[in-house]
Amino acid sequence: MTSIALVRTGIRPFRGAIVTALLLVWLVGFTVLHGQDTLALGAADTTPLHGRLNDLNDAVGANRNSNPLFLYFFNEIRLVVDQLTTFISSLVSQPAFGRPVPLIGWLGVVALVGFGSWALGNLKVGLLAAAGFTFMGLQGLWQQSMDTFALTLSAVLVALLVGIPLGIWAGVSDRVNRIVTPVLDFMQTMPTFVYLAPLTLVFLIGPASAVIATLIYAAPPVIRIAAHGIRQSPKETLEAAQSLGATRSQTLRQVMLPLAKRTIVIGVNQTIMAALSMVTIAALIDAPGLGRVVLRSLQSLDVGTAFNAGLSIVIMAIVFDRVTTAASVRVERARRTTSRIPARVRKVALLVGGAVTAVCLYLSYTFVWAAEFPTDFDVGSPISRAASAVTDWAQLHLSALTSDFKELVTNSLLNPFQSLLTDSPWWLLFAVLVGIAAVAGSVRTAVTTALCLALIVGTGLWFDAMTTLAATLVATVAVMALGLVLGVWMGRSVRVDRVIRPVLDAAQTMPSFVYLVPFVALFAASRFTGIAAAVVYAAPVAIKIIADGIAAVSPTTMEAATAAGSSSWQVITKVQLPMSLGTLALAMNQGLIYVLSMVVVGGLVGGGALGYDVVAGFRQNALFGKGLAAGLAIVLLGIMLDRITQSVASRAQATTDHVRH
Amino acid sequence: MFRTTGITPRPRAVAGLAAAGLALSLSACGGAKVGDTAAGAQSGGGASGKCGTFNLAVNAWVGYEADAAVVAYVAKHKLGCKVVPKNLDEQVSWQGFGTGEVDAILENWGHDDLAKKYITEQKVAQDAGPTGNIGVIGWYVPPFLAKQHPDILDWHNLNKYANLFATSESGGKGQVLDGDPGFVTNDAALVKNLGLDYKVVYAGSEAALITSFRQAEQSKKPMIGYFYSPQWFLAEVPLVKVNLPKYTKNCDAVPAKVACDYPEYNLNKVVSTKFAQSGSPAYQLVKNFKWTNEDQNVVARSIAQDKLSDEAAAKKWVDANPDKVNAWLAD
Repeated sequence: MTSIALVRTGIRPFRGAIVTALLLVWLVGFTVLHGQDTLALGAADTTPLHGRLNDLNDAVGANRNSNPLFLYFFNEIRLVVDQLTTFISSLVSQPAFGRPVPLIGWLGVVALVGFGSWALGNLKVGLLAAAGFTFMGLQGLWQQSMDTFALTLSAVLVALLVGIPLGIWAGVSDRVNRIVTPVLDFMQTMPTFVYLAPLTLVFLIGPASAVIATLIYAAPPVIRIAAHGIRQSPKETLEAAQSLGATRSQTLRQVMLPLAKRTIVIGVNQTIMAALSMVTIAALIDAPGLGRVVLRSLQSLDVGTAFNAGLSIVIMAIVFDRVTTAASVRVERARRTTSRIPARVRKVALLVGGAVTAVCLYLSYTFVWAAEFPTDFDVGSPISRAASAVTDWAQLHLSALTSDFKELVTNSLLNPFQSLLTDSPWWLLFAVLVGIAAVAGSVRTAVTTALCLALIVGTGLWFDAMTTLAATLVATVAVMALGLVLGVWMGRSVRVDRVIRPVLDAAQTMPSFVYLVPFVALFAASRFTGIAAAVVYAAPVAIKIIADGIAAVSPTTMEAATAAGSSSWQVITKVQLPMSLGTLALAMNQGLIYVLSMVVVGGLVGGGALGYDVVAGFRQNALFGKGLAAGLAIVLLGIMLDRITQSVASRAQATTDHVRH
Repeated sequence: MFRTTGITPRPRAVAGLAAAGLALSLSACGGAKVGDTAAGAQSGGGASGKCGTFNLAVNAWVGYEADAAVVAYVAKHKLGCKVVPKNLDEQVSWQGFGTGEVDAILENWGHDDLAKKYITEQKVAQDAGPTGNIGVIGWYVPPFLAKQHPDILDWHNLNKYANLFATSESGGKGQVLDGDPGFVTNDAALVKNLGLDYKVVYAGSEAALITSFRQAEQSKKPMIGYFYSPQWFLAEVPLVKVNLPKYTKNCDAVPAKVACDYPEYNLNKVVSTKFAQSGSPAYQLVKNFKWTNEDQNVVARSIAQDKLSDEAAAKKWVDANPDKVNAWLAD
């Protein structure tokens, strides 16, 4: 306990004093220079840079039929991806090979998915997968679900094919890692809306464009996590391998890869989740499937039908998540050769299961009843009606209350804070932010921050970027508050964790387009609505990270504290939280990045600023350049916030390690 | 020629199947086999297939969907075309003319910049005449407000009521809510040039705009915003248009100096040049396609409020209006 006090008094006051001084300078500067040099730009106004980006886009469009890059490179990629996607679709979702139905009917798909999940994971997830897929059909969305399934599967396959080798390479080579990391940052934070229209120019309208849009967003997690997994192999093991005379490739294949296998499976999991989050956006460029159902029902504000489709996406995500998690556990067990069920029993059971699956596949190929999902049981309509009824009720009875809450938060917190950021002269805020980065992080962090801010000024969208930054930070505060309360609660009780976790999974994977309409009804078209949507999406991540961190605090320490007569509150504040400082910082980092990825969705519900600029750039030809610039500004904000919070995180981690010793 | 392959027998109930499986021997295990009957043709009411493939852009609003539903239905059932609907954003649809993936856009609202780029400069697209629908854009208030303060419908009185429309987003001024950034708007210039004590707030999407109007009428909360007709929502809540200074020719020539209401838009159809020269009967159909706002509203209502499928909504209207449809099919 004393060591914590030491740490606090040892490091904090000095840095704290500088930060306080910086904030004071800022406040004084804001009061005196209010409204000067704010670099504001009207919603329909553009800068010369935006015009040049527009010209670039036009040039691509005009030259696509003559440029060799298109003829021999992009077109080839498109062909390969198109063929892969068409093939997978013809297996499960689209009529093919002269048949009025796909090769494999619903019974075959359900059996195959169930059996595969069992083989890769365990019997429980096998049953879950079969039940989940059946439910999608019962909702009356079999065809759409299979279209989404086929598209996601294609994107994930290509992502893994490219991503895993690249990740391994980045794992063994520092230089590759340094080159790849900023590219991945870019791919993950650049809003898809920005490149959606140009993408159809390059890869044409069709499955290829949809798959590639998904791929760009979904490949980074597996690359990052695979690299991380390779890097984590213990030094001692590697040295032992080398001393035994293993070559580099032998070490990689026989030591590093087996050790990293489990981590790579987690990367696969994250890539699948990311791919599923693109379903709705891909529908904007004619991707078939559940996303289209969501968009179409949005046109007539049909929340119920959108919810049906959203629920199918959530279920698909949960199935994939549980299966890959179970698979990673199996991989781990296989490595340690510990298993609860004797291998021979499982082998026989799997053989029988495989035979049953083969029969189901045959039936679904041959007979109509097993090919087309029966329409006799309609679960979709009651669910849709219930969802509509709930939202109608909420809109009618809660909107007065929620509207007051919105006004309170906006007027007392968001407006003053935003004004502080947007109405200060840009150079003052620039200096203050760089100063804070230097104090909280390192000189290197400060340099990165300065570079990012300078480039934001260069995009011509400083004012909008600061508006977005204000909303992002307010949302992150809310995310962290929720993270602390729910995360600690879950971390301290397995039972609570078991109840809350599926809700978090649903909040994270339900497409935000589904709840935009009720949110606008409750909170009006406003920045607050954008913040609320961001919190729904980002809070689960922070909560899960904090819960895992709290749960990982060693039981002996806890017992010691309890034995010394500490109350629960004391245990939480004096032991569990201080010991998970590194986790808290990581949660904040991830929370920020997730909030930032919802900026564009915010722009669709009144959030304005960068999000609106991006949407406008997608919707209006003349604003394409501005939208691209806004997308760049979002990327820059993301890199800046990531680097600052990461350096804070590593500092906190060091502190935690210090405490733990 | 198209081979008609279809599955006619209804899929059997799972319960029935289980019973059948229990009661009968292996030979009965089946039921109907995939593709073993050719009855119940899906495509072509006896029409020959010289039409080929017809790539129809479907933009994301219900009025457009109504147009597309009816044209697709007629093309498929009367002309035997293979209609490929492409669900796309407007800008991407125009882009599709260049890449040869879109044959027709059925409801175009102005978009002078896109017309210049693809019709005048790249010459990959051409105008295919009016749809007959008249597009009206303007500032609207919910009906309860127009009843409460009838004089609010004259723009001269807007400043008097500005405080009614103040929100947390408008910084003390009245809020004018704009919707989808893809739609033509001069609102920021209007506010400035008419000396209005208002601020334009951007909802960012049509869904957010409609939800706001619906909520305003439901909870009797004053609101003013950008809206347009034809639009299915006007059948649910008949918003009332505010009279801005009358539109005169070229009063909107310089975007920053606009101080007049929006013009009426003669919504038109745009087709790719290649499609126009292909001799496809679908092109004739698109060219001849013309109906009224009321016609479109009927189909839009079937889709948005009665939740019919596009095909069913189109069939209903086509069956009720054979004369109009026949006029489209005449050369």
